[in-house]
Amino acid sequence: MDNTIMTYISAFIVGGVICAVGQILIDKTKLTSARILVLFVSAGAVLTALGVYQKLVDIGGAGATIPLTGFGYNLVTGTFKEVDKLGILGAFTGGVRAAAAGIAAAIFFGYLMSVAFTPKAKR
Amino acid sequence: MASKRLGKQTVMLQNPPRITSTASIVGPKEGKGPLRLFFDNIIEDEMWGEKSWEKAESKLIRETFSKVLQKGNKTSQEIDYVISGDLLNQCIAANFGLRESDVPFFGVYGACSTIAESMSIGAMLVDGGFADNVVCITSSHFCSAEKQFRFPLELGTQRPPSAQWTVTGSGGVLISNDGSGPYITHITTGKIVDMGIKDANNMGAAMAPAAVDTIVTHFKDTGFTPESYDLILTGDLGAIGREICVELTREQGFNIENIYNDCGLMIYDREKQDTHAGGSGCGCAATVFAGFVYKKLMDGTLKNVLFVATGALLSPVSTQQGESIPSIAHAISITTSPER
Repeated sequence: MDNTIMTYISAFIVGGVICAVGQILIDKTKLTSARILVLFVSAGAVLTALGVYQKLVDIGGAGATIPLTGFGYNLVTGTFKEVDKLGILGAFTGGVRAAAAGIAAAIFFGYLMSVAFTPKAKR
Repeated sequence: MASKRLGKQTVMLQNPPRITSTASIVGPKEGKGPLRLFFDNIIEDEMWGEKSWEKAESKLIRETFSKVLQKGNKTSQEIDYVISGDLLNQCIAANFGLRESDVPFFGVYGACSTIAESMSIGAMLVDGGFADNVVCITSSHFCSAEKQFRFPLELGTQRPPSAQWTVTGSGGVLISNDGSGPYITHITTGKIVDMGIKDANNMGAAMAPAAVDTIVTHFKDTGFTPESYDLILTGDLGAIGREICVELTREQGFNIENIYNDCGLMIYDREKQDTHAGGSGCGCAATVFAGFVYKKLMDGTLKNVLFVATGALLSPVSTQQGESIPSIAHAISITTSPER
């Protein structure tokens, strides 16, 4: 029981810290949101390659894999696995294969939302 | 030298034309702001029964045009020119909004300064004897402008505190050589000023030096002083630009602080309406002038007004290519008694 609660808490903290970094970038820098998104994916990929991000995933679980940095983590771990299996060809196929569900889901749900809702000005 | 020119950038109109009618239509957010009682019409939602924001913005122009005519007791046959512009690519709000008007049309672009630019040209046409009646009209729309200049609303991007809020609205004026209403006596046309500011979310700071340049030049060309006016009104410098404008004008030896205001600060209640640095857009100066200022001139509360609409002449492409923001400000001197 205690373990379950700790899982939630550590996921919340790790995920929260990652998102707080994004908020600080929005507030304190002139980076546009699109650039911050790209930065997060790239940072996730680089940190995974350096072996740092795996430690965050071990602690935070979904708190580390759900934010956009987790997408970079997914790309790189997928690439590593595929390279082990297929050699150099895996560097080209592994990343997208591992991220396929995420990419397809983003397109599918994005499309669904655009059909269901129309954007409005904030009141 | 041309007989009507005064100094470097100013013309004095020898037969000062009159602003005989104005109309303003605004969106729901502006309709909840402090000036709501001064607008002719407040639309209930940004779409206004149309299928796109761009179509809604064209409708704003179209309806404002007919309202100006109706309030000025004129038919479109009596209008010699309509001068109009907006913020969309190729000025489609004006082009489509006025395509059925059947009136000779000049499309102009001066970003948010467009209303003063079109009124400058309109007043000169009337004073020069080229027209009896000219309608000048501009619009902007929050949703279409966000899409045009920043990010599509679908993205739900957060806005930094220095960002301004594009006014949804359209304002129009009828300039005539007879009838009743305040006179346009002097026009100071701005130069393009670029101080190297690159942040498209901080246009007030980019535009303030242009406003200062035009205001100071106006004083030097005409011999007027801040005491000649009971209101000097810039278009949309917002909170940050306002401070810069007052400070830089003081450095040049003119203290305008007590009679100075900015349309972008007047149109919203910034604290309650979460509009950050204030309003902006072609519709901002246009609706505040056509709604609030004109009524105050008509009831005598205001007698001499220097209307200085400001514009940031950037495009999304120039921003992406790392260019700074060239800016402009056009001043129009308006008075209820031209013999001042």
